[in-house]
Amino acid sequence: MIEIKMPRLSDTMEEGAIASWHKHPGDRVEVGDVLVEIETDKATMDYEAYEAGTLSEILVSEGATVAIGTPIATLDDGKAGSDPSAPATESPVAAATASPTPLVTAPPAATVAAPVPAPPAHAVAPAHRGPDGQFASPLVRRLAREHDLDLSTVTGSGPGGRIIRADLNHLLSENPAPVAAPPVARATISTGPIVDEKRASQEITVSKARRVIARRLGESARTIPHFFVTTVADAEMLMEMRNDLNERAVAKGRPKISVNDLLIRASALALREHPEVNSSYLGDESSVMLVHNRVNIGVAVASKNGLVVPVIVDADRKSMGDISVEAKALAAQANGKGLSIDQMTGGTFTISNLGMFGVEEFTAIINPPEGAILAVGATTREAVVVGNQVLARRRMRFTLSADHRIIDGALAAQFLRTLAGMIEHPWRIVAADA
Amino acid sequence: MTMKTYRQALHDTLRAEMLRDENVFLMGEEIGVFEGSYKITAGLLAEFGEKRVKDTPIAEEGFTGAAIGAAMLGLRPVVEIMTINFSLLALDQIVNHAAKIYGMFGGQAKVPLVIRTPGGGGQQLGATHSQNIELYYAFVPGMKVVAPSTPADAKALLLAAIRDDDPVLFLENLALYNTKGEVPDEDRPAEIGRAKIAREGHDLTLIGYSRMAYIAKNVAETLAESEGLDIEVIDLMSLRPLDRETIINSVKKTHAAVVLEDDWLTYGIGAEIAATISDGAFDYLDAPVRRVAMAEVPMPYSKVLESAAMPTNDDVVSAIFQTLEAVGRRLKKVGQSHD
Repeated sequence: MIEIKMPRLSDTMEEGAIASWHKHPGDRVEVGDVLVEIETDKATMDYEAYEAGTLSEILVSEGATVAIGTPIATLDDGKAGSDPSAPATESPVAAATASPTPLVTAPPAATVAAPVPAPPAHAVAPAHRGPDGQFASPLVRRLAREHDLDLSTVTGSGPGGRIIRADLNHLLSENPAPVAAPPVARATISTGPIVDEKRASQEITVSKARRVIARRLGESARTIPHFFVTTVADAEMLMEMRNDLNERAVAKGRPKISVNDLLIRASALALREHPEVNSSYLGDESSVMLVHNRVNIGVAVASKNGLVVPVIVDADRKSMGDISVEAKALAAQANGKGLSIDQMTGGTFTISNLGMFGVEEFTAIINPPEGAILAVGATTREAVVVGNQVLARRRMRFTLSADHRIIDGALAAQFLRTLAGMIEHPWRIVAADA
Repeated sequence: MTMKTYRQALHDTLRAEMLRDENVFLMGEEIGVFEGSYKITAGLLAEFGEKRVKDTPIAEEGFTGAAIGAAMLGLRPVVEIMTINFSLLALDQIVNHAAKIYGMFGGQAKVPLVIRTPGGGGQQLGATHSQNIELYYAFVPGMKVVAPSTPADAKALLLAAIRDDDPVLFLENLALYNTKGEVPDEDRPAEIGRAKIAREGHDLTLIGYSRMAYIAKNVAETLAESEGLDIEVIDLMSLRPLDRETIINSVKKTHAAVVLEDDWLTYGIGAEIAATISDGAFDYLDAPVRRVAMAEVPMPYSKVLESAAMPTNDDVVSAIFQTLEAVGRRLKKVGQSHD
């Protein structure tokens, strides 16, 4: 009898809910059959059987949530007893080495064995697995690092469910070797032969980082129903305040505050006012969505090493000066030794700013699993009717791309009105409780 | 190239070196009049006389010590210890003198000594005369330990050992003396400390030395024919210095290894090889390194028990199959005989 336990399906998972059982008591279960769908903090995932047998009992019914490691079902594998920690059958080597007095009572057998007997397969129930969810050979771990593979999607076929090289064939054909990938994501013309004379096309290796960007943005554009709302804000006061702040900053030897820094904090405050925008859709199967109580702003940076999005955590709770210092440090690190995974994950909203290139307005693709992204254009002088006069005013346009599955047009518009209000009354940006 | 036995290759090489360099001389029990327990020195007393071929008393510590002294003073003694089991009687001379003199005296005296000695079981010689204790010497800095598995390597390594300025334990094997192979006619010493890829392959690295290298090659060839397996065989040739680079590079290519040894498993040479692989090729391993060794018992005298205690072709095949199954190869004939 094998106990099936609530598996750890992601690093942050602490408990899981049974979305639906695919097998029912009495059903025959083969290795690889989907037993159950489990809903986690991140997604709903199929959980497959590692052992064959007959499903004898379901211990946690659909809809219920239990902690990792809690038994959720039992599987009858035809063996009596159900102690998963029982030692493996003693191997010849164990027998040979365990005896301190090597007196022979039975014919000795030459020693052939691995130093430690392979664990029985059911000892690799989720609760016994390593921090990454399953055992993987060192070779597999190296390949996963080099090819950016997600091992949580792989079912191990080695002893005890260990993921072995052979289990990666499928994934590796999708993520071919990043050998000779240039460190720069941008195409550098001069490598590779001409492959198409008419267009004079050359093959340029796509870097690993760029492949990840391509995959994620492709997914986002294909699966998220984006809609776009653009507004314009008068930036006269914002620019005046920034000049004033920067005069003082320069005098005190502190770094200057950029328009983008102001927008990071303004967006963070606007998100606190409209938390529904600071949210994530979990998929069509999920009965819940996530609203994030922390406001972590990702800032798209066109670094020397390619497009990266470092995250400023708790941007709504940091002072303008702190945000400015942190944003500059992250950008410098992105251009230098590179950012850590930790510095690039956990965002709840992203800002992309092309204003420095003179772009007046544009739309951005949502950075999943976030619910929205803000595309910021340049601050330009425009002829504006104020009262009965036409005046030259500095104005700024920005466009919110939102996931329509969780954010509606009115909500997007309210968020932008709050944001525009802060830009037009910029003391709110710096004065709000920091 | 000439086809000859391992025994003949040793004999011919000893003779050639005695002809080449008059400082080369032989000492050992029964090597002269009786021409050696395993006839390696046949005819040499008659050809070179008593000054170059010294029969000694049954006193390993004494004649090994005498050879060390001779070596320090410029001669190139080649001592035969009848089997490696008897070298235990000379352990202090070998470990505390031969291996340490060069270092302890700041390089003022060298010890260009060769101790030729066969190891191995399978001859029904009982527990005290069937051991594989070359590890004791491979453990000691200052020693070199070489272990040829073919007649050609026996020649090349003996040439190298005699010409080397350090003490070299030259391990022969009772079961290999009658094996035959092509031996180059040229005078071409081996590089001590360099392993040999005896067979190139991609599926798995099989590592052995002396008799187990011989078995490794046989098993690899058999499995190539019967199963279409492509196994790489490394013949260590030298236990100290150990050619870690060749081992690591091979495992980086094959991602799996089985280590064969005729000695006992616990603390054996296989443990050192496995640690080497873990150090140098950890990120390339797709399965744990397996070891095949002798049973952890004093060698039984009974033929049946002796055969059961020694690692066989079948044991090697089964370790290979287990390892290949662990990396996802589906093989049908696990455990069947391939002798």
